[in-house]
Amino acid sequence: MTLRRESTAFFLFVALCLAFLLLLFAHASWREKADLGIYGEKREIVKALGLTDLCLFTEARYTRHPAVADRFTPFQDHPMSLEHFPSASILLPPPHLSAP
Amino acid sequence: MSWTGKQRNILDFTLSSLLRRKGRNAALVFVYTFVVFLLASVVFLAQSIKEEAKEVLREAPEIVVQRLVAGRHDLIPETYIGKIRGIPGVQSVKPRLWGYYYEPLNGANYTVIADENYPYEKGTVVIGNGVARHLPPLVGKTMPMRTYGGSYLFMRIRETLSSESELVSSDLILLSVDDFRKLFRIPEGVGTDLVLTVRNPREVATVAGKIVEILPDTRPITRSEVLRTYDAVFDWRGGMIFANLIGALFAFVIFAWDKATGLSAEERREIGILKGLGWETSDVILMKFWEGVVVSLSSFFLGVILAYVHVFFASATLFESALKGWSVLYPAFRLKPVITPYLVSVLFFLTVVPYTFATIVPSWRAATTDPDAVMRA
Repeated sequence: MTLRRESTAFFLFVALCLAFLLLLFAHASWREKADLGIYGEKREIVKALGLTDLCLFTEARYTRHPAVADRFTPFQDHPMSLEHFPSASILLPPPHLSAP
Repeated sequence: MSWTGKQRNILDFTLSSLLRRKGRNAALVFVYTFVVFLLASVVFLAQSIKEEAKEVLREAPEIVVQRLVAGRHDLIPETYIGKIRGIPGVQSVKPRLWGYYYEPLNGANYTVIADENYPYEKGTVVIGNGVARHLPPLVGKTMPMRTYGGSYLFMRIRETLSSESELVSSDLILLSVDDFRKLFRIPEGVGTDLVLTVRNPREVATVAGKIVEILPDTRPITRSEVLRTYDAVFDWRGGMIFANLIGALFAFVIFAWDKATGLSAEERREIGILKGLGWETSDVILMKFWEGVVVSLSSFFLGVILAYVHVFFASATLFESALKGWSVLYPAFRLKPVITPYLVSVLFFLTVVPYTFATIVPSWRAATTDPDAVMRA
């Protein structure tokens, strides 16, 4: 079949993209249900070991455990030390540390 | 001719005109798609980590009590337990023993936790999947660990934690309390910090306040603060991520503006001929509008779909080196997919609106071109 009008092809493309986008919503919802068991396992580990943080950045103490870091850890090496770990530039400081 | 018929005719003309300049427009769509992809990937990743933290860390301790010495975290004496237990509302207090171990063989940092209910005998460890992945092959089933006394403990690996739990357990090494004290030479009677449970969740803040009153050298961290931490630290609207993205977005706006203002001789001639044939200025603006719609919508859809695939099917591979930083050990996580109408609309407004604004004035200028002057040039 040939598409006689360019606009028909464009509308088809948009419809296809919209359908794909809806599929992504469906996928997210399906995965949420399918992963419930895995959440249970993760929560169990967190509860049993009393964990406070996700294991995302293992390069520095305050990026591995940002929730329990103190104000000084990024500048721990010497008084004029500037914060230098790459992952720290991605993380914002925890709100309970920046609160007055 | 009906209104819809007119729009379709103009759209047909716009599309054939865009196809005549394939290379130029393909480059624009490619750059535009990449900008949307980048922004959407960051938003999806940050949102997903926040959701994951909210789901998993709701089982985190209600209150963690640290002791500070000269502004630094220090070991906490177990004598503090009795004082805290005396606070009304406190249900249980127990010490936690945990620390960091640097593995010189591969340069990785591990989190070592003494599990009071450790199921295996002394001299053994349970390791996270990330630790298992980075162990040197020669070590096999035994893991040598250098104690703070200089001697070695040869720990037998009894179990590896599941790969599904890597987001919380990737770098963990679990061992018995005795082995932990031996490894770090931590004497009896002190712990790394204390964890509390409180009878009534509404009293958590009051209990935390009383702890600081009774023990001024301590710092309580509540579960809600832990949860808020992940809400704040992965806020894509702040920090370096946003600074970089704003840079990319502005670069794109400049690119779009430049593309729209720098009309080629062919485009000028085309507009001139159209106006000479009787097209109104409003028709040319309409044509430019449809041109924007075609480019924006195509790039937006492609960018968002590709970003979803990148973050939730390919574990954000392109960001891996940035996220990894100097860490040797990086968890192989599979994130919970998050896509909501709110996120899609935020992305739409962040990408399509700046493009529309950047091209609106040049489009009007092109539409008001004098056909005689253009065709004579």
